[in-house]
Amino acid sequence: MATNRRALLKGMAAAGAVVASGVTTAEARARKRAPADAIGMLYDATLCIGCKTCVVACKQANGLPPDTSRGDGLWDAPDDLNSKTKNIIKLYKGEGRQSFMKAQCMHCVDPSCINACMMGSLEKREYGVVTWHGERCTGCRYCGVACPYGIPTYEYDKAFPAVVKCEMCAQRKDKPFKPACCEICPVKAVIFGTYADLLVEAKRRLAEHPDRYEPKVFGETDGGGTQVLYLSAAGIPFDKLGLPDLGPEPVPQLQQSIQHGIYQGFIAPAALFAVLAGVIWRNRKAAARGEGVDS
Amino acid sequence: MSAHAKAQPVGGPIWTRGFRLITALFAVSAVLMIWRWIVGLGAATDLSDGYPWGLWIAFDVVTGTALGCGGYAMAFLVYIFNKGRYHPLVRPAVLTSALGYTMAALAINLDVGRPLYIYLIPIRPSWWNLNSALLEVALCVMSYVAVLWIELSPAFFERWEAGPEGFLKKLSATFHPIVKKLMVPLLAVGILLPTMHQSSLGSLMLLAGKKLHGLWHTPLLPLLFLISCVGMGYAVVAFEGTLAARVFHRHRETSMLASLGKVTGAVVMGWAVLRLLDIVLRGKVGLLFSFDMYGFFFWLEVALSIVGALMLLSGSRHTEAGQFVASMLIVSSGVLYRIDTYLVAYNPGPNWSYFPTVPEQLITLGIVAFEIMLYVVLVKTFPILSGGTSARAAK
Repeated sequence: MATNRRALLKGMAAAGAVVASGVTTAEARARKRAPADAIGMLYDATLCIGCKTCVVACKQANGLPPDTSRGDGLWDAPDDLNSKTKNIIKLYKGEGRQSFMKAQCMHCVDPSCINACMMGSLEKREYGVVTWHGERCTGCRYCGVACPYGIPTYEYDKAFPAVVKCEMCAQRKDKPFKPACCEICPVKAVIFGTYADLLVEAKRRLAEHPDRYEPKVFGETDGGGTQVLYLSAAGIPFDKLGLPDLGPEPVPQLQQSIQHGIYQGFIAPAALFAVLAGVIWRNRKAAARGEGVDS
Repeated sequence: MSAHAKAQPVGGPIWTRGFRLITALFAVSAVLMIWRWIVGLGAATDLSDGYPWGLWIAFDVVTGTALGCGGYAMAFLVYIFNKGRYHPLVRPAVLTSALGYTMAALAINLDVGRPLYIYLIPIRPSWWNLNSALLEVALCVMSYVAVLWIELSPAFFERWEAGPEGFLKKLSATFHPIVKKLMVPLLAVGILLPTMHQSSLGSLMLLAGKKLHGLWHTPLLPLLFLISCVGMGYAVVAFEGTLAARVFHRHRETSMLASLGKVTGAVVMGWAVLRLLDIVLRGKVGLLFSFDMYGFFFWLEVALSIVGALMLLSGSRHTEAGQFVASMLIVSSGVLYRIDTYLVAYNPGPNWSYFPTVPEQLITLGIVAFEIMLYVVLVKTFPILSGGTSARAAK
């Protein structure tokens, strides 16, 4: 039996070495960058007057029904992003100051939801926009578990539900990829443009009025970067607006390093299979000869 | 091999009072299952955009498959570490695994919103997202369900070969030799697949990032899930062995389960030590003494597993009661660890809450009832359990 165990241990050590080497290479998983033609939005909370015109425009452009579940049922009053609401204006109130906040999909540079999705139903399409393709979706909702911003919503009220989220108006018939919210905003609190231009503009505003803003463009590096960028009023940190402090590491980085390490080239599983089959075969042969049944 | 080693059908009537009771429970849940497909998840469950996963994923799928790891753990012991004396425990373990995984597959069909699209997964490889840990779980679980039933198929073939002439006898004559020939690669795949997907069930929650509490979110999630499922697998074998012996009045493999207990105790103790070590090395010791709900559930998991492991590493493992209590503690710890990781320690923000609705709970109960029904029918009809009628029962 000693030979068998030695063979097993050797084989496992070999498989382990393969895994270990995989981990080191995978740690170097290339940081994803926004595509060159990436588009995005810049929301400046100091400019927003909370008129919610963007909420109405979003519903019109996306053909979304009103959410009349609150009040007397005569009022489209969603209480958060939901399957009828891809874009919403929220209000933060604290210690004598307040700030509006616009919530919708952040269109991450390295999105968690896309890493989660089994069949590529969520996909980064042209201009780096994250879109959903119903013909591939099993409705597993792992995207909802994975998203750090709580964005993907689901039609829980339907027997055959869809995933609903901002797609930067990609499906808009008259003007695809022209977000209606940015188009309509009367005070230009949210503007549309290429990701590169918006980042320059955000930094310009910060440099021009350092006293007015929190000293940071949210989305430049957060969670690996987001194509929707935010500026917040001085004294109102981003986490008060519901934007969590994720650090610069992309959210999927840890999981992907580990999974890629283990499954790189499918070598480790194949090696493990070979070792297992070899040991079982030897053990069974020994058993058939009437030896080594018990050790 | 002892005289007890030969597996035999338990026999006896199936339609007993107990069986009628669990059939009624299953019937209620079957109606609810159909209702859920008609009205959708919102009406039937407490799931929300904050808590997209609830009882069915956390218990029926993630915990159910771990409870179904008896076959995996025993195969490791018998076929890899060559402990042939445990062979009589393998077939019942493979049966509970096959049932556990099949029930998990049923639960997935209830939980996902667009179940028909699941069946595209095996036939559309061009759509596969190879970065998705869930894809790996899905493919592994689908294959493993098939592998388990093929591993178990000799039990059916043996019975049919001894039966009357006809289709089943011919079927057995054709396929039994093929299965026998394929047994080595089949057993190897049967160990490889759970190694892959049970660890990936841990990896899944890595993606939850900061939504998962620091006492649970660790790079070691895949390893902790893997070790934990092996410990649970052995404990379930002992648990099921005790129940089967009692219910069907069979000879109980107490001494064999005692030596298995040593293995179980070592694995479970290893898990508890690794769990604590991980917290220390990640510098999260402060969280251990925060005396909040999270700290409580963490300590409960660790305490249950350590007490169970210590019992099995001490003299208690030689008694039937000791084995039963210890395996109960270990199974509870493993169940709790999974429910915690997927629900209790998962916090999507202050505005969300989740507690399974009555239909959700009844459907989960019904699935367990269905599993018990299938178990009873199969062990009464086919040669799965070993050990003849016990002296006690014969009296």
